[in-house]
Amino acid sequence: MTVDKAKTKKILIVDDEPNIVLALKYLLQDEGYQTREAYDGQSGFSIALEWKPDLAMLDIMMPEIDGLEVARRIRNQTDLNNVQILFLTAKGTSADRIEGYQAGAELYIVKPFDNNHILEKVAELLDVENSFT
Amino acid sequence: MDSGIVVFISLIYLVLLFVIAIYAQNRSARGISIVNNPYVYSLSMAVFCTVWTFYGSVGRATQTGLGFSAVYLGPTIAAPLWYMLMRKIILISKHLRITSIADFISSRYGKSTFLGILTTIVLVFGIIPYISIQLKAIGFSFEIMTNTGSNQDFWDGSAFYRDKVNYFTILLAVFTILFGTRHLDPHERHEGLIAAIAFESLIKLISFLLVGVFVVFIAFDGLGDLFSRGWSDPALSRVISLDNSSSGMTSWFWVLVLSAVAAMFLPRQFHVSVVENNNVSFVRQASWMFPLYLFLISIFVIPIALAGKILLPASSDPDMYILSLPLFYGHELLALFVYIGGFSAAASMVVISVISLSIMVSNNLMMPLLLRTRTAKINGFAVLSDRLLGIRRVIIVVILFLAYTFYKVVSNNFPLVSIGLISFAAILQLAPAVIGGLFWPRASKKGAIAGMTAGFIIWFITLPLPTLAESGILDPAIMTDGYFGLSFLKPHALLGIQNVDHISNSCIWSMIFNIGLFGLVSLLSTQDIQELAQGDIYINITKYSDYPDLEVIRKEASVLRLKQLLVRYLGSTRARNLLNAFDGKLSTASDDNASQEFIGFVEKNLTGAFGAASAKLLLSSDIRQQNITLSQLNELINQTKEILEYSQALELRTQELQETSDELAEVNKQLKELDKLKADFISTVTHELRTPITTISSFAQMLDSKANLSEDRKKEYLGIILKECDRIRRLINQVLEVEKIDSVCETREITYTDAVHGIKSAIKRMQPLIEEKNIVLLMSLPDHEVKIKFNDDKFLQVILNLMSNAIKFCDPEKGKISLSLEEFDEKILVKVNNNGAVIPEEFLRRIFEKFTQYKQGNIAKPEGSGLGLYITKKFVEEMGGTVSIESSLNHGTTFSLTLHL
Repeated sequence: MTVDKAKTKKILIVDDEPNIVLALKYLLQDEGYQTREAYDGQSGFSIALEWKPDLAMLDIMMPEIDGLEVARRIRNQTDLNNVQILFLTAKGTSADRIEGYQAGAELYIVKPFDNNHILEKVAELLDVENSFT
Repeated sequence: MDSGIVVFISLIYLVLLFVIAIYAQNRSARGISIVNNPYVYSLSMAVFCTVWTFYGSVGRATQTGLGFSAVYLGPTIAAPLWYMLMRKIILISKHLRITSIADFISSRYGKSTFLGILTTIVLVFGIIPYISIQLKAIGFSFEIMTNTGSNQDFWDGSAFYRDKVNYFTILLAVFTILFGTRHLDPHERHEGLIAAIAFESLIKLISFLLVGVFVVFIAFDGLGDLFSRGWSDPALSRVISLDNSSSGMTSWFWVLVLSAVAAMFLPRQFHVSVVENNNVSFVRQASWMFPLYLFLISIFVIPIALAGKILLPASSDPDMYILSLPLFYGHELLALFVYIGGFSAAASMVVISVISLSIMVSNNLMMPLLLRTRTAKINGFAVLSDRLLGIRRVIIVVILFLAYTFYKVVSNNFPLVSIGLISFAAILQLAPAVIGGLFWPRASKKGAIAGMTAGFIIWFITLPLPTLAESGILDPAIMTDGYFGLSFLKPHALLGIQNVDHISNSCIWSMIFNIGLFGLVSLLSTQDIQELAQGDIYINITKYSDYPDLEVIRKEASVLRLKQLLVRYLGSTRARNLLNAFDGKLSTASDDNASQEFIGFVEKNLTGAFGAASAKLLLSSDIRQQNITLSQLNELINQTKEILEYSQALELRTQELQETSDELAEVNKQLKELDKLKADFISTVTHELRTPITTISSFAQMLDSKANLSEDRKKEYLGIILKECDRIRRLINQVLEVEKIDSVCETREITYTDAVHGIKSAIKRMQPLIEEKNIVLLMSLPDHEVKIKFNDDKFLQVILNLMSNAIKFCDPEKGKISLSLEEFDEKILVKVNNNGAVIPEEFLRRIFEKFTQYKQGNIAKPEGSGLGLYITKKFVEEMGGTVSIESSLNHGTTFSLTLHL
């Protein structure tokens, strides 16, 4: 594993549940990723514009601007072309999944999640060797 | 005035009428009829007012005073009856394509040829005297206008050429032929003619009113002046009073009856009000507009009669006062206008009467007779309808010639009105058969024939024959000695009846025999199938006009043959047009057997052209009627009635079913909504559960997998896990609470709780949270118990919910909450106020709904399930209380709770 390589990767976490944001932050930081957090869609997108993360982990059901809209905006922004998008949501029907992928996501994971599964998928998306494999 | 001018003006006027007619005809051909409205319809009915009204009313008033008005009161009083009868007659006539009163009667009694002939004869005899008085009035008014001497002797050859009436008669014949026989219309509709008639009615009314105004306000000094002179002279008082002797009253009564019947059944009235009717609904307006016309044209009769008596020499004929008065004052133009008005009255009556008579004579008299002769059948008529027009033209000339002769021989010797009433009495003979036929199912052909024949004979010997005797054509002895020298056959005192005038005498006896025989013979005779079928149509016309296919008798005919008949009788162009029109509705694909609809269609069109009885004869060899016995027919009629009743019942059932189904649909919709709400609720609840579980699971996994976690981290993780577990527990409790509320099966026993105590214990529980957030709490509670109708636990829950919301939305730095309890009017008011930011209006509206959560700014989501306020509201409302929220900039957010003591 290369914590060093992971250190260069920036992950944006957007969720209106503070404790979930906290859990993800600890989980990812412990693996060496850089993280920034937002608790609603609007500020999440602002951070993405300015910080240009490698990966955006988005909740869907959020007030005002939901995760799907954030994803669409990222996809419409040329200088954010390289941002990987991962939905992490409680909405679990196949219609929800299709909508998520249509909004431009690379991956769609339904809550509750398994920590290791998240780390594996994040590593895959960012092309980083996983510490657990 | 020079006679040349008068003749010229008369001609110009006729040309004007013709132009109006052509204009109206063209308009209706382009679909923008000027005739298709109740006003023209009502005006056309004023063809009722002939020269009898125009000239004769004044003459009558000089003899009987107000008695003249009976002729106008009759139709006015009978207007409601008229409305009822006419509606029915029009519906029947439109349904069966009936084009005359003779056809109407013949068709009712099994399309009887004999009744058609009989009615036509009654009408020809009845109307010819009536036409003759029109000719007389035209001639007389012409003489007054041109101031030529009195009548010349008819038999004086050289005088014939000097008598202007000849020329007028010929002119009217030409005019009638031009108007009435331009083409053969299956409906016998002449919109142009009706427009001209309505115009003439206007001219009549205006000229009459002008003379009235002239006489009353210019010749005299108003009505007061005229009447005071009338009262002062005993010779004049008769003009302004009513003859109230018993014979006067009898006469008055019969004139009322006669005029009411005549307004309906005179051939010209039947023609304008039924045959030319565009829309049944016009009858309603006409039932007041027509009487109004009669009233207007009568108001100046008495004043003119008085003025004539006062001013004009005794030798002056009262029938011509209206013309003589303007001339007396030297107003020639006004006189000319009156002359045109009178000419209008005569011309409209003559034209319409002669046209309707010619239709009847050709369809109901000539056609059946012609069709019975062998040659007609063998040679056929190349195109029967073309032949018919020629026949009608001849008939028109013949009728006018007869009327002219009658005028020359008889009418000259009598006043206008007395001859007019003779005609009315003839029309009366049709009334029993028509009215009985409309309402009495047992009315039979034999009854109608018997009644009408008897009535006609009595009328004939008591009214027209005596006029011939009095004119010297017959032996005058019959007037004094009775017919054949039998004293009980004295024409004006039949069967020894005394003290009544000759009109009443004739009406009484003719009606006794007419109605008596009609009723008696109908009761004693049986009706054949045709009669029953037609009678059912007449009596229950609404049923047939609603269900046009309800023909009782089944008929068979070949399509090809029927088409050939149409071509043969109506000409190839007309036949093709008709077939095209029919094909639009229903195919006439030439499979051999024609449908009942097609047979009916052919029958109706031939009926329109040739009359019911003639059409029946024309088709008799080509349409086979299934032989049905009387009992079968009755059964059929009963079945039809049953089917109708059944279909009505079915309609009712369908309606009920529709209602039930609507109700079910509504319930179903509600259930679906409920179901959707439930599904939404479950999905929201599961979503709300997933969130804490996700957090718990994530932190637990971290605790589990990372051995080298610091103690602080471990403590933090565990703290979060416990908090989220608490959240789940709360959520579950509240979901259960909501379920209870929604299913409303919780028992409601009334308990009481101390509100002050409840609030205090809630605050105690919240104390740690309040301190943690450094919130200042201000309380204003009474220092005594306040018992309220509420469950202990629920009240505690309500206060906890309100408090936790207040804490949640407090100003994060300098939080302040004030809580108060006031008592008033058997109620308490609890207010919980916090100093947080304003909550937007759109959110306030939804705040008490399930899973509504308000989130301030862009900080993390507030804790809670979104069910707390929903539960609060439900608890409070359950106990009849209210809870509301207000939020404003300087006053923060306040929850107000009202509960009953």
